[in-house]
Amino acid sequence: MNDWALNFKAGIARAHARAIGAMREPSWVVFDVILPLLGVAAYIYYYRALGADPIFEGFVILGGAMTAFWLNVLWGMAAQLYWEREVGNFQLFMITPMSRMALLAGMALGGLFTSSIRALSTLILGILIFQIKISVAEPLALATIFILTMLAVYGIGMMLSSLFLMYGRDAWNISNLLQEPVYLVSGFYFPIRELGLTISAVASLIPVTLGLDAMRQLLFGPASQGILPVWVEAIILAFQAAIFMILAKFSLDRMEQRSRREGRLTLRWQ
Amino acid sequence: MLPDTLLRTGRIWNVEQSFLLGHLIPFRVTTAIEIRSLSRVFSGRKETLALDDINLTVEEGELFGLLGPNGAGKTTLIKILSTLLLPSNGTAHVLGHDVYSDANSIRKRINMVSGGEISGYGLLTIRENLWMFTQFYGVPRVVAKKRIDNLLDIFGLQDKADAKLRTVSTGQRQKMNIIRGFATDPELIFLDEPTLGLDVSTSIDIRNYLREWISECSSRTMMLTTHYMKEAEELCDRVAIIDRGRIVAIDTPAGLKRRVGRGSSFLIEATPFNPESIQSIPGVRAFVARPSEDHMHLRMILDDESVIADIISEIVSSGAQVTSLNKNEPTLEDAFMHLVGRGLV
Repeated sequence: MNDWALNFKAGIARAHARAIGAMREPSWVVFDVILPLLGVAAYIYYYRALGADPIFEGFVILGGAMTAFWLNVLWGMAAQLYWEREVGNFQLFMITPMSRMALLAGMALGGLFTSSIRALSTLILGILIFQIKISVAEPLALATIFILTMLAVYGIGMMLSSLFLMYGRDAWNISNLLQEPVYLVSGFYFPIRELGLTISAVASLIPVTLGLDAMRQLLFGPASQGILPVWVEAIILAFQAAIFMILAKFSLDRMEQRSRREGRLTLRWQ
Repeated sequence: MLPDTLLRTGRIWNVEQSFLLGHLIPFRVTTAIEIRSLSRVFSGRKETLALDDINLTVEEGELFGLLGPNGAGKTTLIKILSTLLLPSNGTAHVLGHDVYSDANSIRKRINMVSGGEISGYGLLTIRENLWMFTQFYGVPRVVAKKRIDNLLDIFGLQDKADAKLRTVSTGQRQKMNIIRGFATDPELIFLDEPTLGLDVSTSIDIRNYLREWISECSSRTMMLTTHYMKEAEELCDRVAIIDRGRIVAIDTPAGLKRRVGRGSSFLIEATPFNPESIQSIPGVRAFVARPSEDHMHLRMILDDESVIADIISEIVSSGAQVTSLNKNEPTLEDAFMHLVGRGLV
């Protein structure tokens, strides 16, 4: 069997395990559907109480849906190899002939599947319950932006996963550190332009910022106060996706070399 | 020049040209593992020499045992051979591939199972976990399913195949780990204490399967580390005794036992006493004392049987009573004591 076929099978198997594992516990309905909707509802009522433009409610629904992917990248992707080591699987993964990128791609694919359920339920229930008006004038452009955003965001997750493994227990702190500030600077629930051009430019280094901005423009039109034209954001996102994937491969190779040299990374409780 | 088909296997072949037949006669594939002057140092606050100048050759088709106390370097050696660790010095070739530069070629052809290993995902069933691991090796779906079903049958796990991993017992979990190792049909498998902490019946099942697996096909090779002398004695074609990172001896179990010499292994049972003074008696090569609630069991290797009188005198003078004395045929444990100077546990 050639390496491409092996890696494809390995990636699908890892994705499959992740997807069925996540769906097997009935509690996912509470954690992935009901709780996120409560968070979204809080923001919507907040905007309504302030008498804000109803378009902001649409921003909240979109941001709530995209939160699912960002949380998955932080807790399901970046911290995953660290967690795999703690439960004893990492050593077994390291002696398999599959590419480590295939393993991470499988984890990303499985995570994308489970996060999509949460994102879709937030989107659909949010739209239905809060009567949000969304018009999809350019579905192809929207799908392209979504895919590019996912590639770039999960590319970050793949890159972080080996870095987290190398820096051990600090992984959890880094995840916490990235979670809340990114909600703010990436404008999950409001147009990022509100923070000024400098912060917007810096925040654009995080792909979810540009992805959200472009999707808001495609769904809500000029009133969404985009920071750059959608096509420019698409190019930057494609560039970011490529860069993060290359960095992910580089850091994985480094991690594996270090793992074999030091002999500590494949052991639990390090 | 070797034919391409032979070279592609990546194995080391002994080839002799036959002038009589006028063509190359390939002999059997011989070397599964070849280690030369291998050392491994772990750095940290204090440098630890885990393996020191190891030289070892394991033939294809062998069931090779590594026997040694905790911290002897067995697991480190297996980790180097299974590509998890790099050597600090020296070379190691597995199935003809260099562990340093050709790790992925090795990984395609080997597998490893550790005793007490916690692997897989608790939310997945045993069958799903096993299937996932076979896919990491690219095993075709149909073949994987057939192999998994067959191994589940052999290990008596068929009725638990669809149980979530987190709901099964430690023994069943370890059986799953063993199946995981064999389901990819490796040419060489590393088993690191595969029966560690398991009950007698599960250990017997596993040992029976290991014996069967190696005898089914002459090109299969197994390297096994164990604490259990009986396991090594029963299973292994050859055993390397490893202590403090060095190989002390390599031989067949029978050959190792022969080194002890007949008539020099004794087992004494006495009422409790302090056994430290036994060591200083001239002619005592090695001994292991195993105290129980109301007895002391002493296993000893002596230069000759005349020493036994001095030992009994020493025990009696310390106020204890000898309740039994047995002269034994040397066991692998005796060989270990003889070579290492102390017991395994």
